[in-house]
Amino acid sequence: MRTRRNPGTDIALVAAFAALVAACALLPAIKLAGPVPITLQTFAVLLSGAVLGMRRGFLAVVLYLAVGAAGLPVFSGGAAGLAVLAGPTAGYLVGFPLAAALCGLLVERLPRRSLASVPVVFAAGLFSSAALIHTCGMTGLVLRADLTWAQAFDVDKVFWIGDVLKNAAMAFVATAVHRAFPDMLGRKAALTRSEQPESSPAA
Amino acid sequence: MSEIRLAQVTVSVPTGEGHRRILDETTLDLTEHRIALIGPNGSGKSTLARLVNGLVPATTGRVLVDGLDVARAGREVRRRVGFVFTDPAAQLVMPTAREDVALSLRRAHPTKAERLAAAERVLADFGLGGFGERSVHGLSGGEGQLLALAGVLATAPSVLVADEPTTLLDLGNSRRIGDLLLGLPQQLVLVTHDLELAARCDRVLLVRGGRIERDGDPAEVVGHYRATA
Amino acid sequence: MSAQLLGLHRPGDTRLHRLGAGVKLLGLMVAGVVVVVVRGPVPALGFLAVAVALLAWSGARIVATVRAMRWLLLTAAVLGAWTVWQHDWPRAVEVVADLLALIALATTLTVTTPVDEVMDAVAHGLRPLRRVGVDPEQVALAFSLMLRAIPTTLSLAEDSRHAALARGLERSPRALLVPFVIRVVARARDTGDALHARGIGD
Repeated sequence: MRTRRNPGTDIALVAAFAALVAACALLPAIKLAGPVPITLQTFAVLLSGAVLGMRRGFLAVVLYLAVGAAGLPVFSGGAAGLAVLAGPTAGYLVGFPLAAALCGLLVERLPRRSLASVPVVFAAGLFSSAALIHTCGMTGLVLRADLTWAQAFDVDKVFWIGDVLKNAAMAFVATAVHRAFPDMLGRKAALTRSEQPESSPAA
Repeated sequence: MSEIRLAQVTVSVPTGEGHRRILDETTLDLTEHRIALIGPNGSGKSTLARLVNGLVPATTGRVLVDGLDVARAGREVRRRVGFVFTDPAAQLVMPTAREDVALSLRRAHPTKAERLAAAERVLADFGLGGFGERSVHGLSGGEGQLLALAGVLATAPSVLVADEPTTLLDLGNSRRIGDLLLGLPQQLVLVTHDLELAARCDRVLLVRGGRIERDGDPAEVVGHYRATA
Repeated sequence: MSAQLLGLHRPGDTRLHRLGAGVKLLGLMVAGVVVVVVRGPVPALGFLAVAVALLAWSGARIVATVRAMRWLLLTAAVLGAWTVWQHDWPRAVEVVADLLALIALATTLTVTTPVDEVMDAVAHGLRPLRRVGVDPEQVALAFSLMLRAIPTTLSLAEDSRHAALARGLERSPRALLVPFVIRVVARARDTGDALHARGIGD
């Protein structure tokens, strides 16, 4: 029913995905594989990029971090405050908005058909999280926890399996959202392709 | 009363593949005090209502409110035209009742303290005194719709468009909100499935299959819809 | 707002509470730099003592604070043990005391300042950025919208779980996540319409 993007919708989507990241960090962890419980936080971070695109995805995750830093207990485990951003795992949090932005940038550049392709969106998400969340995370460990790069790498490895699974889930969900809301990324593709009004009145 | 004019308006929306026509070419003048739009689900009546404040842009044709083109002067039009949605939970956007009404009053009161005080007065006018600190998440359907109305009417619009405002409410609340709406001094464009409520308006339009099938005397149009639904 | 989201804030009337949120934020940033720049275990222990004293003065609830910070405290302990093993005791004391001091200072800010005051201060601090297209009013609005959206999002997750359960699909992550996120997006678009209809963001 809605065809034109309005600023109100942009700001509502940014707020909604910030809340989604928070909800995913707060919801009880699911045990997908083995004994390590996985929270859906990074799922929601990359999903923000893949669904909203670079700019709005980045802003959504920044808003989430800002609200957490301001004292709302929305970080994993109900932690809150700037203290979390001073800790050794802060690098991962810093990597979140950057990864959402990169994932959004990649997804925005995809041809329209590929928006429906789970493997393509999965690859975009996995690449973004490897390139930015894990590198920033390891940098944080090296700087704040006095680890060497090799040691940081060993710590970081623990998250890999979960990451692959979460990105797969992210890709399924993101492609489903783009099918349900074809105008999410504000494409004019559908408008230009069939300019002749084919009349099939509403059912 | 304001004058709402639709001149040769059509609405199509993009689907994944192509286009779907939601409203066939329509020309209308709405000048009555209380106007009801009735019709089956998906008939286009909601789209028609959303054209009036630019929530849905016309694909072709023009929509004018008091001579202002909705496509060009959307901001001015939305100051005149208030809009109430079916689900108050979607309409109430701030964490507490007072903040939500205060959001509507941003233009009238520049400082935050003034805004919150004015919001408290509006709440009292609508019988919602004492609700200021309440989380909008915990309100009942009737309280929520009343608060949504308070938020919209706080800015004193000259037209109120209401899209099935009583559909989610129980019988008592539905009557209360319906009576409140019909008693407003503002011009009212009411989308509704409540045919008794529609029959109490000054003009009723029956929308079916993206076109206006009947238009005119409430008793006659409602009777026709009852016979053919 | 649901009780679990009330956070660590404790209303009170100490000088720390009355101090402006912007001043406290600025102070915290300066402290962060000083603590990292000044080296050695003795100053680090000094910082920690001051920070803990401030935290105690703020009236923080010990149990709630420790619970919220448990992962950070655990990390600090692991980090301490690690540094002793890899380096030496003085180094470990410095690293752990610095970290705990920052945690205590940041928590003091959180305990003495309501979230919306912090966000107002942030929006206020963003005013110079108006020239480069940052609108502080939009930032404040986005913040309120998010606060409003958190309980809604949690109940949408619950709705989706119930729907999946009713259809016997509770073990399928897809049947849980896809409808949940689609509901979140649909709700956000409705909210966007409502903002637009109310002339906000024009």
